Amino acid sequence: MNLPSFLDMGHYAPYVWGSYGVVVGFMLIEVVLLVTKKRSLTKSIARLARLNRE
Amino acid sequence: MSVLSKAFWLKLSSPKTFFPFAGKAVPVFAIITLFLATISLYYGFILAPTDYQMGDSYRIMIVHVPAAWMSMWLYLVMCAYAIIGMVWRTRLSDMMAGAIAPTGAMFTFLALWTGALWGKPTWGTYWVWDARLTSELILLFLFFGFIALRAAIDDEKRAARASALLACVGIINVPIIYFSVKWWNTLHQPMTVDTSGKATLPTEMLTAMLLMTFAFWAYTFAVSFMRVRNQILEKEKNSAWVAETLGGEK
Repeated sequence: MNLPSFLDMGHYAPYVWGSYGVVVGFMLIEVVLLVTKKRSLTKSIARLARLNRE
Repeated sequence: MSVLSKAFWLKLSSPKTFFPFAGKAVPVFAIITLFLATISLYYGFILAPTDYQMGDSYRIMIVHVPAAWMSMWLYLVMCAYAIIGMVWRTRLSDMMAGAIAPTGAMFTFLALWTGALWGKPTWGTYWVWDARLTSELILLFLFFGFIALRAAIDDEKRAARASALLACVGIINVPIIYFSVKWWNTLHQPMTVDTSGKATLPTEMLTAMLLMTFAFWAYTFAVSFMRVRNQILEKEKNSAWVAETLGGEK
């Protein structure tokens, strides 16, 4: 099987890749949001600890 | 301390012990997810033959069926944690219930989305108000309701109890989704894997679906642990151990 025919998915490309794209996209967005939240929390906790020390 | 002892689980259920434990578990589950998903896609796209009726569109099932299974399974797990939290008043159980809900809602949406994209070439329509599809949509609203109710009530304990009750009432929907294709004559095709374990698909496709289910499960572990860690950080930001643990993790 060559690449163009693989990507074409027997003329079902929009359906197949539309499914996989959204699945992967949602999963990645969820992870990115959680990592961003963790970073901002870590920063604010470090700031709080610094203020408490001062 | 033995994993089977009560003391081990009691210790692990304290946010202070759970936080570093979850931190170590997240990368392990992430690796398991990537590993299983890669093998699953290899089976589903390379090894599995094209279906004689549905053509290549049936490869959507590799993500559709696991997402649908996960949506129902995560609702049950979320309920179990909510009930444990309500009965034994363990904070970590409430946090786990709250952490699973967004991922459960996501898988429910993905099951509906991939189902719609599979339905169009197969049935000729993205959506019908059929028993299976409608009950799955209700599941999405139940997840949203659970999340919204927790966010709407300021008092944490009251929020946990109210949302646990809502989750318990909604549990009736899970068997309705699962058996809807048996109970009613619907447009949705019969179960891909029957309750008797009988499958209507080639072995490669079935293997791909089962591997993807475990990949999604490992993913859920990873993201819910990440979310619980964030919740713990938010609640315990003034505790001395938080600053110490974060310092140690850098």
